[in-house]
Formats: sequence, structure tokens, C-alpha cells
Amino acid sequence: MNHRARTTLFIFGGLGFLCFYIWGLHGLPGFGHYPGPYGDILNSLSVYQRHATDVITAVNFDYRGFDTLGEEFILFTSVMGANLLLRKQKDDREELPPRDEAADRVVPPTSDAVRVTGLALVLPIVVFGLYTISHGQLTPGGGFQGGVILASMPLIIYLCGDYEAFEKVTSHVLSEIAEAIGAGGYAITGLIAFAFGLPYLTNFIPLGETGDVLSSGTIFVISVLTGIEVAAGLVVLMISFFRQALVYRKSGEESGGQQ
Amino acid sequence: MTDLGGELMRMLPFLVAAWLFVVGLYGIVTSRHLVHLIMCLVVVQTSTYLLLLGVGYKVGGAAPIFADIPVGTPAVDPVTHALMLTDIVVEATVMALLLALAIQAEERAGSVDPDQLRIMRG
Amino acid sequence: MIVMQAAILLFVGVAGTAVVFTRNPLNQVMGLTFYGLLMTLMFFIFQAPDVAFSQVVVGAVVLPLMVLLTLAKLKAKEQSKR
Repeated sequence: MNHRARTTLFIFGGLGFLCFYIWGLHGLPGFGHYPGPYGDILNSLSVYQRHATDVITAVNFDYRGFDTLGEEFILFTSVMGANLLLRKQKDDREELPPRDEAADRVVPPTSDAVRVTGLALVLPIVVFGLYTISHGQLTPGGGFQGGVILASMPLIIYLCGDYEAFEKVTSHVLSEIAEAIGAGGYAITGLIAFAFGLPYLTNFIPLGETGDVLSSGTIFVISVLTGIEVAAGLVVLMISFFRQALVYRKSGEESGGQQ
Repeated sequence: MTDLGGELMRMLPFLVAAWLFVVGLYGIVTSRHLVHLIMCLVVVQTSTYLLLLGVGYKVGGAAPIFADIPVGTPAVDPVTHALMLTDIVVEATVMALLLALAIQAEERAGSVDPDQLRIMRG
Repeated sequence: MIVMQAAILLFVGVAGTAVVFTRNPLNQVMGLTFYGLLMTLMFFIFQAPDVAFSQVVVGAVVLPLMVLLTLAKLKAKEQSKR
């Protein structure tokens, strides 16, 4: 089916779908009039049951913890798949130092001000990422958010420096080990509940004071493990993409693939 | 007049979500570059976030975080927010997988045009 | 408040349409970054700070980075074929 026929068929199908979709949405209670009971029940009970003031993190890692375990393994599998697809093939050769600048442009080298700014930003980003992960049960934050913030630290180093600096800071093997510890730790935390005679992923650590950092039991442990896993997964992804785009060249290609 | 405004506001997030969904699908169907197709898929995914956001919102509600407000204040639904935030991070990695597939497709088939991928085989 | 909500929804709709109708992938990445930032603002206005946290880093940092690296790799291959 050629392009024009496909477009015409889609326009008819799309308009029909849009009409049905809007007709279906008309049956909803309307924007702003949330009727359902579960949100209100969770909002009123969560602080007393789990000693966690951030209800969203409590829902993510405790009330719907099994769902989040599945999502985390989707993340793990996609990173594994992308890593597999971007691995070094038989006819790839490495080319260092990598040419990541256009060959037909005169680009001045990175200025000292940018390098110092990048260096100065590394520590605040790491501290902020760790703060976001560990205070997930108190204020907006948690494993996922803090993990992505931590993963942007090697990226700042690449942007303000060059690829060799990025390579020195990251390590493929350590990142993969950290990702495996994060993902496996989450599953094992659920299994430890079996030793206490409780169902999978039930809380077994004493809940502390509301408002304290070390509170809300397994939510804190799972949040930290998820943060490690997300950060390490994204770093593995970045390493694979950087290597594929900047370092590997097919034998037979010109050296320094021009952009 | 105010009733028309109220009626519009009652449906506006859902209308924008439906529009984004169909526009993203149009981009996917008529795409000529695999990377353009992947970015249209991102637009389709963000339309579902808009739908979830609209379902859980309560007029005059605060964010469901009770660190500094007392427990009884009306707040929006936390379950839809929990669904959205894990989904955003997982979406990024799935898009990475699709981009890796696009790189491999270009290598095996020689072209990034979805129409050409069938023709140049082997 | 209602004016702000309606305005940000319309901006998001227009920005999404612009992202789809930009055919050149390199131009589209810039549009996608801006769209991600608009979505962050929208989540913030609709009382969802957790989600805005995730969206700002993913939509404005990680996703455009991977798309740009893919485009660089594809262009390098295309240049070497000629």
C-alpha cells in the first residue's frame, strides 16, 4: 500500500477514532470532580499507617509495590536489550581519540570557565540526587526521581569536558553490578517478608517517627535500591550510546567519521 | 456564558489528550524517518499522562504531600501520580531500546525510511 | 488559576502538534526538549510535583541526548557510504 493510500485510510480511521474517544470521555465525571474513594482513603490513612508524609511514594513502594517491581524490571530489561543491540560487533574497530566535532567547522576548544563550572556542579548534583532519594518518603522525591538526577552527573562531565573525562568517571562493569544489585535487592526485600511469615513485600521493619529520615520501614530501603538501579541503568545506557556513536567505526569507513 | 466556560473546562484536558493521541498517530503513520517516528511515539505517550492527570484532579485540591499541611486538607488523587512517575522513567529506556533498533535497522537494511525497509532486504 | 490551567493546556497541545509536523529530526529534537519543559510546567500547575521531578530530567536531558547520539551515528554512517 503506497504512502498516499495509507494516509487517506488513516485520516478516515483517525477521525472515526477521535469521535469515539471523545464520546467515551464524555462519560467521565468531568475534570476536577474526582469521585472515586481510593484517593481520599489513601490520603487520610497513609500517614498513620506507614508514617510516611509523601503519599505518592508510599503508594508506589508499599500499597502498589508489586506493580513498581514489574515496572523496574521493564526498565532493567530495556537497558539490557539496548546494551545488547549496541555492543561491539565483529567488524567494529575502536577509534580513539573520538572525533565528536564536525570536521568542516572551526570549533574553539572548551573554555576554562565551562570546565570549572562543570566541575563545580558535580558535587551539588550528587548531593541533591542522594537527598532526593533518601527523603522520598517525606517530600516529593523517591527512588525514580533521585536516580535520574544522579545519572545526569556523568553527562555534565561529558558536556563540560570531553569523552575521555566521561570514560574515566564511569565504569561499565561497576554500573552493571550496581544495576543488578538494585533490581535484585528489590525482589529480595519482598522475599525476606516470607521469613517473618508475612505475604510478599509486606513491611517488616519497625516504622519510625513520622517526619524522620529513617522512617516508614521498607519504603526507605526499596526507595534507595530503586534509586541505585535507575541511576546505574541510565549510566549503562549512556555508555552504550556514547561508545556506539563516538568510538566504534566499521572497518572500511574513513577514520574520523565526519558529521 | 460562564456555563460555556464551565463546560469547556470540564472537558479541556481530555480533548487535548485525545487530540495529541491522534496527531501522534498521524505522525507515526506518515513518517519518513525512523527517528521522527520514535519522537511521535513520545507525543502519543505524553497524551496518556495528560489523561491520567485529568482523571485524578480535584478542584481546589493540594498536592498529596502532608509534610507541612494537616492530614485532612483536600488533596488530589495520589494513585494516578504514582502510575505516571514510574511510567515516565520507563518510557525513556524503552525509547532508548527503539533507537538502538533504529541504528541496527539502518545497518541491516541500508535506509532509515520505513517505506524502504521492506524493499532492501538481506 | 483556571486561566493558567487552560493556557498551559493549549500551549501543550500546540507544542505537541509542532513536534509532529517538524519533519527534520534534528529540528524536532529542539522542539521535543521544549515540549518536555512545557509538560513539566503543566505537571507543576496541576499539583503534581513528583511527576514534574521525573519529567524535567527525562524529557529535557536523557531523551534528547539519546536521540542526538543516534542521529550522529546515522549521519556518520551515511557520510562514510558516499
